[in-house]
Amino acid sequence: MTIKEIQKEIVDEFSMFDDWMQRYEYIIDLGKNLPLIQEELKTEDNIIKGCQSKVWLHGEQKDDKIIFTAESDAILTKGIIAILIRVFSNQKAIDILNADMDFIDEIGLKEHLSPTRANGLVSMIKNIKMYALAFDAKK
Amino acid sequence: MLDINKIRADFPILSRTVNGKPLVYFDNGATNQKPQIVIDAIAEYYQEINANIHRGVHTLSQLATDAYEVSRAKIQNHINAKFAHEVIFTSGTTHGINAVANGFASLLKQGDEILVSAMEHHSNIVPWQMLCEKTEAILRVIPMDENGELIMAEYNKLLSDKTKIVTVNHISNALGTVNPIKYMIDKAHEFGAAILIDGAQAVAHLKPDVQELDCDFYVFSGHKMCGPTGTGILYGKEDWLNKLPPYQGGGEMIKEVTFEKTTYADLPHKFEAGTPNISGGIVLGTAVDYLNSVGFDNIQQQESELLEYGTKRLLEIEGLKIFGTAKEKASVISFNIQGIHPYDIGAIIDKLGIAVRTGHHCAQPVMNIFCIPGTIRASFSFYNTKEEIDLMVEAVKKAQLMLS
Repeated sequence: MTIKEIQKEIVDEFSMFDDWMQRYEYIIDLGKNLPLIQEELKTEDNIIKGCQSKVWLHGEQKDDKIIFTAESDAILTKGIIAILIRVFSNQKAIDILNADMDFIDEIGLKEHLSPTRANGLVSMIKNIKMYALAFDAKK
Repeated sequence: MLDINKIRADFPILSRTVNGKPLVYFDNGATNQKPQIVIDAIAEYYQEINANIHRGVHTLSQLATDAYEVSRAKIQNHINAKFAHEVIFTSGTTHGINAVANGFASLLKQGDEILVSAMEHHSNIVPWQMLCEKTEAILRVIPMDENGELIMAEYNKLLSDKTKIVTVNHISNALGTVNPIKYMIDKAHEFGAAILIDGAQAVAHLKPDVQELDCDFYVFSGHKMCGPTGTGILYGKEDWLNKLPPYQGGGEMIKEVTFEKTTYADLPHKFEAGTPNISGGIVLGTAVDYLNSVGFDNIQQQESELLEYGTKRLLEIEGLKIFGTAKEKASVISFNIQGIHPYDIGAIIDKLGIAVRTGHHCAQPVMNIFCIPGTIRASFSFYNTKEEIDLMVEAVKKAQLMLS
């Protein structure tokens, strides 16, 4: 699926929820089910600075695509990471670079884009795009 | 006794809703809310007397200057400073600490020692580290115990003839500990060291008497005591302020300027370069008047009841641990719930209208001592109620249920 299609799918899923509590419960579930990152990847280099919670993000190239794995010590953050991984992992660098992030607003998580919170979400997206930029430049 | 409904009516923001719920504001340690009288005074300044101070001969400039100096005198009176010129207007606590630390650069030499406590805000650590880099002085840390109390025996051991300045908060922002500053001030003076008290967290709860304390510097922010943001006070003993070089150069702080040599103005202007936050400075006086009209005895009584009730209610929650259990404590409760990240709790209870601080509270060394990433901090003000504490406890329980 393309990034656009996955984003659309996520927006459809979230549209089934009536209120923030259901949305948060869903994100918490996603967080709980996110596969853990390998211990050896929890390096200082992979830490995304500036988040209230600790976030590790690792990307590696597989053929012409990038595979992302990530983890956090806070469960809501982990759930948001799970969403980002679903959107961006296993995609081509150029597609990642060109992707817009409007869907975040559409699923009611815009508040996580505010400067304090998300140093989190904003930095995660920035780091994902940095990986894409680096891999794209290597071509 | 406070008429709490009457007090709450003074603060318009307290009647608003957040995310569809009534606001429960427990982030008073970060900044507290402003009474209508303070909000009105800001508008009144701009509507009636806005002009630059200490400069013009015209009527408005005189009025603004008078109001500014009246406010300085109010603050002098409030903290019982000996002279009005010992009261320097700043942009806040951080500014005050930096001005002092910067001034000490000319007084320290290699090997001199600066003592800071283990429970300082970053604002009372970093300026001293920068000073150490400049002067090759050494930073030493007064340790604390597991209750969040500074260990006085260790403090006494650290003090020596090499100690040039001690810096410690009156009340810890992360833990609520009220430090034994009178004792620490006297001890520092026995060794001829200066001592700076960071009163940022104290001034909303108590009225410091700088002459009785005998501290050399006492710094605080206006916005934590019902005043406007971007205001603060650096109190310094006259002798010390005369000894320290100015922090910034510019207008207002000069006596005479030629290209060959500039002489500095007398206190307090020497430390007040540039056009200050005039409305802020004036209105800080209004805030001080307001707090005194409520009465610090009343404030302390209400806050200690809230602290006691909040502690009891929170401890009912399974797996909840409070960090900072000093005998002398201000109305601050820092806590975590076993197995749950503080950020998750904070994000969920925000949705329920509860405003608390989560994270390291700009005191990472404190978090490192307890080996935790951060805490949830509820800090109460005199306008808060037990009913609000009940709402917070219910919200935390709900978050705990969602997250486990």
